[in-house]
Amino acid sequence: MSYWTGIATQVGIYLIAVLGLSVLCGFTGMFSMGHAGFMAIGAYTSALLSIHLSMPIWVSVLCGTLLATLIGTLVSLPTLKLRDDYFLIVTLGVGEGIRLVIQNLADLTGGARGLTSIPGGVTIWGVLVIAVLAVVFIKLFLSTKFGRNCIAVREEELAAKSVGINIFRYKLLAMVISCALCGLAGGLLAHYLNYLTPTLFNMTKSEELIIPVILGGRGSLTGTIVAGLLLLPLPELLRFGSAQEWRMVIYGLLVVLVITFRPSGLMGNKELTLQNLKKFLAGFFLKNRGQAPDGKGDSV
Amino acid sequence: MSGQQAYALEITDVCKNFSGIQASKDINIRVKEGEIYGIIGPNGAGKTTLFNLITGVYAPTSGSIRFLGTEIAGKPTHEISQMGIARTFQNIRLFGDLTVYQNVLTAYQHNLTYSFLDGILRTKKFRQQEKKAEEVCLDVLRRIGLYDLRDQHASKLPYGQQRRLEIVRAIVTGAKLLLLDEPAAGMNEEESLELSQIIKDIRKDYHVTIVIIDHHMDVIMDVCEQITVINFGEMLTTGTAEEIQSNQAVIDAYLGVNDDAED
Ligand SMILES: Nc1ncnc2c1ncn2[C@@H]1O[C@H](COP(=O)(O)OP(=O)(O)OP(=O)(O)O)[C@@H](O)[C@H]1O
Ligand SMILES: [Mg+2]
Repeated sequence: MSYWTGIATQVGIYLIAVLGLSVLCGFTGMFSMGHAGFMAIGAYTSALLSIHLSMPIWVSVLCGTLLATLIGTLVSLPTLKLRDDYFLIVTLGVGEGIRLVIQNLADLTGGARGLTSIPGGVTIWGVLVIAVLAVVFIKLFLSTKFGRNCIAVREEELAAKSVGINIFRYKLLAMVISCALCGLAGGLLAHYLNYLTPTLFNMTKSEELIIPVILGGRGSLTGTIVAGLLLLPLPELLRFGSAQEWRMVIYGLLVVLVITFRPSGLMGNKELTLQNLKKFLAGFFLKNRGQAPDGKGDSV
Repeated sequence: MSGQQAYALEITDVCKNFSGIQASKDINIRVKEGEIYGIIGPNGAGKTTLFNLITGVYAPTSGSIRFLGTEIAGKPTHEISQMGIARTFQNIRLFGDLTVYQNVLTAYQHNLTYSFLDGILRTKKFRQQEKKAEEVCLDVLRRIGLYDLRDQHASKLPYGQQRRLEIVRAIVTGAKLLLLDEPAAGMNEEESLELSQIIKDIRKDYHVTIVIIDHHMDVIMDVCEQITVINFGEMLTTGTAEEIQSNQAVIDAYLGVNDDAED
């Protein structure tokens, strides 16, 4: 596999995890700093099942996905009724906790030295198909009452309750979907890389997964995807030497820029459609000729 | 007690204490089915608190709240909503980032019974229910005069229209009891006149019982069959518009305060 195909495959895998986070953070409004941990559960479960039980990888990936979902959901249960900032803190702790457990179960997981000789079989085409299916799934989900209710929870909790939405249930649903997609991505990663180390799933990774959601615009699926495609290759491209340290500086800078100039993210909650693109371009050119595109320009 | 079913809402000996403040004290209110009922009182009298008690935002310290004969005091807000009570908020709480139409469609959710899988697989059940939802939502928007604004961002609407959207959102839940918290706030005379008509139409078209809190006496006196006056958390009196207007205690406690406020 060539260098570029490799990068594309990894970007596709991480994008699947980012899509899961877009349901949780972008659409339901709950911020998590621990989802790399749920990816780790998917990855190690799938790797170990295929190594020790010689399961076909699609079965082991499925098992990893299920276990990541189960654990993610169970640990979040007690926090879903608390305020969102508690949820953030708990996910942070859980994510790091999972990594430490994996690191310390050295007999089983290879510990800090890593787990090697994981059966391969994940190809760029497989990843592409699954990523597209994930996008389609979320798109369909968002236009059902289940997706709309999640968005209502993000927008205004008391109003959501007052139209009969059980907040707890929809936060749980968002958690299930996000953990499942992260677990799935983890499993794919294991069988693509053929090795795993706990550092693949540290807190920095959790940040890398959530940044495209914030930068792309909360509540914009296309914005998240575009931001993901731009940002996810960075860890690989800037892999060597001091570039690694610069990466976090670049991320920080981007976040500051976006929050300063476009607090609602690149796309706000708009989707990238032909129609919106035309509107934007029309607005852009009109503005350059000194006219306000939407009548909201400076009034004298 | 006989004839329970004739009441949409029965509030009996309800008290609510917030650390130190007695926001509601021995409240007794009976709202008949199909009635439009007014609650008035000076600022801080405990009117909104009453709505919060009915909708489960707070549990009463003591007392009973019955909706169509069923005890609801202390139940969670979403369950009370599902039973058929909807409200609007004094300090507007729309789904601000969504369009007018999306706000309304979201609020219709309890009437959609399809499963998660139905939704993802776009089954016939899903398609039929979503089509019905669209029809109902657009129809209510049309009747309340927000149809032309349906694609606007809710947060960008003028104040008065936002209050109307809150009413539409409450209606489409399919509620049998609507609680409107200061629907005329910030409206001029003409707009509040229009609102009075809308409220009467809503009762007729949707066969609902309505409880209104407002400071606009013209609206309250025009639409309400019964009015309760609250002051410092306590009920001052209950009666028809004429009875309230001629009650000396009310004139002293409430209308006096109101006149001062308008200076
Ligand atoms: N959550 C709360 N905690 C503490 N005190 C509260 C709470 N909610 C309301 N109160 C107090 O209860 C009293 C009644 O408030 P409420 O909002 O019900 O008044 P209101 O009649 O709706 O007034 P307004 O006309 O200004 O809307 C006030 O003194 C208020 O400060
Ligand atoms: Mg109030």
